[in-house]
Amino acid sequence: MNFRAFEENLFKLFMVVSLILVMGSLLLVFAIVIYKGASALSIEMITQVPQGGYYLGKGGGILNAIIGSLYLAGGAIVLATVVSLPVAWYMNQFTGRSRYVSILRDILDVACGIPSLIYGAFVFLIIIGLSQRTSLFWGIITVALFIAPILIRAMDEVMQTVSHRLKEASYALGATEMETLFHVVTRQALPGIITAIILAFGRGIGDAAAVLFTAGYTDSIPTSLSDPVATLPLAIFFQLSAPFPEVQARAYASSIILLVIVLLLSIISRMISKKTARYVIK
Amino acid sequence: MSLIKDRNRREKIIKTLLLVPTIGIGLLVIVIAASLYLRSEQILSLYPLTDLLFSSNWRPLAGEFGFLPFIMGTIWVTCLSMLISIPISILTAIYLSEYAHQRIRKSIQPFVDLLAGIPSVVFGLFAVLLIVPLIRDYLGPFFGAATSGFSILAGGLILSIMIFPILISISFEVLQMVPTETREAALALGATRWEAIKHVVLRMAYPGLIAAIVLGFSRAFGETMAVLMVVGNVPIIPQSLFDPGYPIPALIANNYGEMMSIPVYDSALMFAALLLLFVVVFFVVISKVMLLRFRRGRA
Repeated sequence: MNFRAFEENLFKLFMVVSLILVMGSLLLVFAIVIYKGASALSIEMITQVPQGGYYLGKGGGILNAIIGSLYLAGGAIVLATVVSLPVAWYMNQFTGRSRYVSILRDILDVACGIPSLIYGAFVFLIIIGLSQRTSLFWGIITVALFIAPILIRAMDEVMQTVSHRLKEASYALGATEMETLFHVVTRQALPGIITAIILAFGRGIGDAAAVLFTAGYTDSIPTSLSDPVATLPLAIFFQLSAPFPEVQARAYASSIILLVIVLLLSIISRMISKKTARYVIK
Repeated sequence: MSLIKDRNRREKIIKTLLLVPTIGIGLLVIVIAASLYLRSEQILSLYPLTDLLFSSNWRPLAGEFGFLPFIMGTIWVTCLSMLISIPISILTAIYLSEYAHQRIRKSIQPFVDLLAGIPSVVFGLFAVLLIVPLIRDYLGPFFGAATSGFSILAGGLILSIMIFPILISISFEVLQMVPTETREAALALGATRWEAIKHVVLRMAYPGLIAAIVLGFSRAFGETMAVLMVVGNVPIIPQSLFDPGYPIPALIANNYGEMMSIPVYDSALMFAALLLLFVVVFFVVISKVMLLRFRRGRA
């Protein structure tokens, strides 16, 4: 057997093993969480708020955290989209290259790399500075700040792929740069924009570190922006820290709920981007 | 005539309006860095920087703030995770890019994306349920180390799983950007596929792969919840993989509650956050430079 063929096969083997490790670890995460949590999962978990002594093993559910997470991520995604879309538009208004825009892209890449914890600490400083209290409002601000750079870069990437010919056709028909941007570029990039928004929503729901400082925690469902709010990841974290096995089992069950939400979002984003892709001119 | 004038004016107004959020976002990083710095000025004026960075005495109540245990904890966990993740991720990316059938590639992509979307708390939970007992009951005793399982090793292992997606997807993209002709030229000269990869593809992709690694590193560096849940959170300088550690993000997340009640403590924690920010920004900039080199080398 010659060495070259041996080397080829050896590395191919390594690659297949690596692939199996990656896929295996993903499946294992799902399998373990579902296996452990399925028994504690009940309809109570998603329809009730924690009752007195919930963290000691008494009755109730984590509806507060589910609703809280949806409020928080929902508010944040609306806010972040309102800020991000204009920035993405700004970055793609020029047909040629702009130095400022490429610098802005670099800055945004840095912002994407900053851990969510830092955003939390930053907003925490603002809260102290204004002598405010932790609340849904500040939670929304935090999550919006932390997903905005991700959102902008994702939208920007899609808008950049819109073909020049299409834009030039629009200019040739007498449309201005902005009209082209709104009616042609945005329309063409729409599937990608929607996907980006949904994925960012998932990031917002799943992140715990950012809102640790800023959103507070409560066992009731918030009724106003100034109420503190519970989130699903933090609920999992707190239930897991409880010394009682029944409460810990609820943490596993809550993880299943969180996983299902994230999974649903990923499926929905695929479906919507397929549906809106009909309007895209290739 | 007036119609055109109105459209032009509207065009200008919209452009100006777009500029407002753009400037805001552009300044975000600077504003964050500045406000963290302002807050950590207090501790920086009380202690010399070398004391903060290289002392291992951490007693906030006694006014001693040595960050060395936390810095070492972060470095141990991050480096361990990179050591595990880099070979596995890059080999996977090479397989997907160079060997895998289009169909396999297309069906694995969503899984990698999904892995990226799993919340870090779920990873942490998984580690508590599987990795920690595994280390406590099997790996620790096997190597003759008494350990609770909550250790550097547990943190490193779960982090390595968490950074698979970012490493794989960026490496894959970089490999795909290497022109097909270069591979074909190598193959035409009689190279095996692996030889073509080793001598041509990897050589061209090398700066891009470094960029992927550096980005993965910065991701691992700042990851908070999953690591916090399994690493033990004891402020000592770890001596072995089975020792507990206390990375910087965990320190910040665990102590925000009492930081306003102990003097200088809040300033110390914000200094830790600034440190974290500084390192992450540094790494992202390096990865940008490497990517630029990759693009230039390709052209």
